[in-house]
Amino acid sequence: MSLRIVVCVKYVPDATGDRGFTEDLTTDRDAVDGLLSELDEYAVEQALQIAENADDAEVTVVTVGPEDAADALRKALSMGADKAVHVEDDDLHGTDVFGTSLVLAAAIEKAGYDLVICGMASTDGVMGVLPALLAERLGVPQATLLSEVSVADGQVTGRRDGDTATEQLQAALPAVVSVTDQSGEARYPSFKGIMAAKKKPVENWDLEDLDIEAESVGLEGAWTAVEDATERPPRTAGEIVTDEGEGGKQLAGYLAEHKFI
Amino acid sequence: MAEVLVYVDHVDGAVRKPTLELLALARRVGEPVAVHLGPGAETAAPTLAEHGAVRVLAADAPEFADYLVVPKVDALKAAADAVSPAAVLVPSSAEGKEIAARLALRLESGIITDAVDLTAGDDGPVATQSVFAAGFTTRSRVSRGVPVITVKPNSTAPEPAPAAGTVEPLEVAFGELATGTKVVSRTPRESTGRPELTEAAIVVSGGRGVNGAENFALIEALADSLGAAVGASRAAVDAGWYPHASQVGQTGKTVSPQLYVAAGISGAIQHRAGMQTSKTIVAVNKDAEAPIFELVDYGIVGDLFTVLPALTDEVKARKG
Ligand SMILES: Cc1cc2nc3c(=O)[nH]c(=O)nc-3n(C[C@H](O)[C@H](O)[C@H](O)COP(=O)(O)OP(=O)(O)OC[C@H]3O[C@@H](n4cnc5c(N)ncnc54)[C@H](O)[C@@H]3O)c2cc1C
Ligand SMILES: Nc1ncnc2c1ncn2[C@@H]1O[C@H](COP(=O)(O)O)[C@@H](O)[C@H]1O
Repeated sequence: MSLRIVVCVKYVPDATGDRGFTEDLTTDRDAVDGLLSELDEYAVEQALQIAENADDAEVTVVTVGPEDAADALRKALSMGADKAVHVEDDDLHGTDVFGTSLVLAAAIEKAGYDLVICGMASTDGVMGVLPALLAERLGVPQATLLSEVSVADGQVTGRRDGDTATEQLQAALPAVVSVTDQSGEARYPSFKGIMAAKKKPVENWDLEDLDIEAESVGLEGAWTAVEDATERPPRTAGEIVTDEGEGGKQLAGYLAEHKFI
Repeated sequence: MAEVLVYVDHVDGAVRKPTLELLALARRVGEPVAVHLGPGAETAAPTLAEHGAVRVLAADAPEFADYLVVPKVDALKAAADAVSPAAVLVPSSAEGKEIAARLALRLESGIITDAVDLTAGDDGPVATQSVFAAGFTTRSRVSRGVPVITVKPNSTAPEPAPAAGTVEPLEVAFGELATGTKVVSRTPRESTGRPELTEAAIVVSGGRGVNGAENFALIEALADSLGAAVGASRAAVDAGWYPHASQVGQTGKTVSPQLYVAAGISGAIQHRAGMQTSKTIVAVNKDAEAPIFELVDYGIVGDLFTVLPALTDEVKARKG
């Protein structure tokens, strides 16, 4: 039987651009170019490797996001994923992580899955909690923040490098995993891959397709409220000294002056 | 006064410093009630009491160590049901955030992750966060349910405030999902003898400019002279020169020490994301145009191979 892998990918503003907020204090998605979150490339890569090692597997990439998010799907397809699902709805504007997890869980169930693979965190929100929420919503095991992952005999195993220990984890499928940027370099799309991606199927679903009420998502459905956002004042220019033999001593002098030694 | 649940991060009853910071923050919004899971509650209780815990709800079961995350969610949910808290505070570790998120979903409550400050507000606690690689500071509030908030290490100083800290058993019934993900083995990270990266008052980090694993001895020597933790850029980690656990930045640790020393690090946005909120930043880099110099309070344009040893010697000399 075919192993159905669903990869969650997010379309994010480029981290090297000038990111900011719009008037309603949601992420400004027009100010900066978007792209497939680099951390989700690792998820796509692991999905492709697991699929390559399985007898028969199918990799579906799913995104919840605005129209442009199709670019993220296209990139994942050109890396080698088989098909894509794009969940888009005007009512999704301002959705928080609970709303996103609700929509993603519904989309994953509709698509059908044995294994869900996420990135470790999105490069814009950086909460790193969505995979855990998906597991909670889907009612399946979570094996998250893996820097090594493999699938065999209906089990997923992997290594989780925690703050105080390294753990070896094991869970039965179906399960949700997330992989870190230590899991292995993501491949670049080949020219052939890019051409092939153009013909791969992309399904477009809205909230109605997923039987989700508009009230449970969007800014209205969010369970947190941003009161204000202030740009951090640029750090005031410090003193820069060129070492002419005394650099180490000068730096020590600065540290002493500021009571670090 | 309303009670606030504080999740205790500990190793066999040795309470980690971020938990003491949480207790200090919790006292701004209510009376802290600590939740201690796993062994060592009796060992931890005096420390928790000294920092303001009025009660310590304790549960120990093999499930906490043998399975990932979910047993702790079950326990914290039981504690929330028993206490009806005004808020739940959890340390912002990777595991802490996952526990907090699943708890919040079960409580149908909003969550705020990675807060760096917390104050009492008219409509409940207001949390400060630092977003977009610390380019912005936001203040947010949970608008539904019991606020669940994870707080980054070094967000405030621990403050002794003696309270009773009575240990009380917490009844936990594990759900079906609790045993879903088995921890087959666990290898504790070896202690370096240096302060924890996220808790340290001073961090000395090395990057690609260090040019080899063996040269990290220079970074370590400076760190030891200052009593600092050692950090590394991703370039240094990817090159295999220093362990990933020491990586500072977006996909590593966020640090916010009193003093951050960057040696041979260019200052890419993903690195900044992990250190930009440090109080004082100094850098040694041979390229005067390196972006790290935009952040520094004091910078030396020079070769780290000459500047660092001289600095280390001078620090040692001054400390006597
Ligand atoms: C999704 C994503 C996540 C990332 N996460 C992180 C992260 O968590 N942490 C992180 O650090 N990076 C992260 N990065 C990588 C980041 O973009 C940079 O590539 C990385 O920080 C560069 O490390 P570096 O400054 O050590 O190396 P470089 O950029 O190569 O800089 C080396 C510096 O050393 C200086 N130098 C060289 N020799 C000497 C000498 N002898 N004396 C003094 N100075 C010298 C050079 O002038 C140069 O400025 C991430 C990237 C991506 C895409
Ligand atoms: N809108 C989204 N669409 C698809 N996947 C997402 C979305 N948001 C988050 N994810 C997935 O969840 C992971 C963690 O995200 P976060 O919890 O937001 O940091 C990401 O790496 C993605 O795999």
